[in-house]
Amino acid sequence: MVGILDVDLCGPSIPRMLGVGRQEVHQCDSGWVPVYTDAQKSLALMSIGFLLEDPDEAVVWRGPKKTALIGQFVSDVAWGELDVLLVDTPPGTSDEHLAVLENLKKQHKVDGAILVTTPQAVSTGDVRREITFCKKTGLSILGIVENMSGFVCPHCSECSNIFSKGGGEELAKLTGSIYLGAVPLDPLLCTSIEEGKDFIQTFPDSATFSAINIIAQTLLTCLQNS
Amino acid sequence: MIILYCPGTSSEQAGKTSSCQGCPNQNLCASGATKAPDPAIEEIAVKMLSVKHKILVLSGKGGVGKSTFSAHLAHALAGDSNKEVALLDVDICGPSIPRIMGVEGEQVHQSGSGWSPVYVEDNLAVMSIGFLLSSPDDAVIWRGPKKNGMIKQFLRDVDWGDLDYLVVDTPPGTSDEHLSIVQYLSSAHIDGAVIITTPQEVSLQDVRKEIRFCRKVKLPIIGVVENMSGFVCPKCKNTSEIFPSTTGGAERMCEEMNLTLLGRIPLDPRIGKSCDEGKSFLAEFPESPAALAYRSVVQNTCLHTLRHVPTHTETRAYTH
Repeated sequence: MVGILDVDLCGPSIPRMLGVGRQEVHQCDSGWVPVYTDAQKSLALMSIGFLLEDPDEAVVWRGPKKTALIGQFVSDVAWGELDVLLVDTPPGTSDEHLAVLENLKKQHKVDGAILVTTPQAVSTGDVRREITFCKKTGLSILGIVENMSGFVCPHCSECSNIFSKGGGEELAKLTGSIYLGAVPLDPLLCTSIEEGKDFIQTFPDSATFSAINIIAQTLLTCLQNS
Repeated sequence: MIILYCPGTSSEQAGKTSSCQGCPNQNLCASGATKAPDPAIEEIAVKMLSVKHKILVLSGKGGVGKSTFSAHLAHALAGDSNKEVALLDVDICGPSIPRIMGVEGEQVHQSGSGWSPVYVEDNLAVMSIGFLLSSPDDAVIWRGPKKNGMIKQFLRDVDWGDLDYLVVDTPPGTSDEHLSIVQYLSSAHIDGAVIITTPQEVSLQDVRKEIRFCRKVKLPIIGVVENMSGFVCPKCKNTSEIFPSTTGGAERMCEEMNLTLLGRIPLDPRIGKSCDEGKSFLAEFPESPAALAYRSVVQNTCLHTLRHVPTHTETRAYTH
């Protein structure tokens, strides 16, 4: 049983990506009911995206109001029994990150953070600062993922490193973090996400799925061992 | 239903609307303490009298290439040696501009006339919080109010001199940094915003919110740039849509929202490499399709700014 909490309040992408764009959030006795992606309730979601009447409406909030809603997301959503709660965050080291961490720590053990970078130095340069955020706030780093790592041309199979290569692995070495692996660019993944389709069901043979699967298995092992 | 719009700490409604319920600042706003106008706004307006054109680079979505675009817009504008250009980086948590402009590790100095920006060329100046951090590992773990204070200082205390263009690079979103930039420049005149997107709906979804933000705060929109628009394989020369547009891309969005599509820029591995090395991609690979696309977008952007000649009595933008 897995939950995803989307605390990117200005740019909530999770609802669309998981094919549940226009759902409403209901209340029950124990709080807000999360949105489930299927009848088996194996994946529960909460996002400000579900609270917008008009999906194009901008959430123009300063820090304190964002902090307040994130506090509610953590304490007032009736997640039920979950094996894993994933929290998707916006870029940065600011209100959202502090709010979600402080609120989670009040009632839960926080296993750690996965840091996602693209291979270029411009990206790893910011992720170094995110690593410092984790260290300063006592958040363990479960590992670093190098995303958008290479593109294999579907016409001739030539691999192009559009966003460079290897920066994620170098960053892990530099900072003494675990390197979880590289995920290649895949237009099929992008299309699936656009249409809210299950990429894993639709393209189980893709190299991207294989890469993500290996990372997921590594993480599960790490969580079980801790 | 959640009402999404903070009325503004200095508005008559501050602390009193239904959307103020639950906000930690509600009592402070309702007490009237926040309604006094910030004197910095007029100070900044005076400072900005010597800046002819101000362009904000925005996006709802992260990772679409705002900083890359801002840097290359600045390089292109400064290509005319008669023009004075500055690039202000207000991405407080993720300041990429120093590296992209090849001036990472430079220091900012103070003098009687304020902070001196870092010069990339004689006519191209840069300011970023990156220059104030002593290590590349330093994190800026600041909440909104402290970020706002920094942005105020950047606008008020940097000795920009006379500028033809001030380009402002922003982080993704519609929050403190964006509200502050618009608020502090509310008595100056902003030519408008260039909004960056990639072709996918997941990006456009957030960019539509950014457009709504611009309209709410009465910030003119110069146009939209569709970045990462196709990739030509260097080996077989076939084009792949790596970030496919399933809903018509920026072109359809611009038609629907009555906006100008300033251009489409393709993916090119040499862009990222140039940025990593702090070099101008436009100077390194001037004949590449991406460089030609950049120049076309810059030209379209300039045409818009030249149509408008600012005066110091320009209509004020929304104050927040």
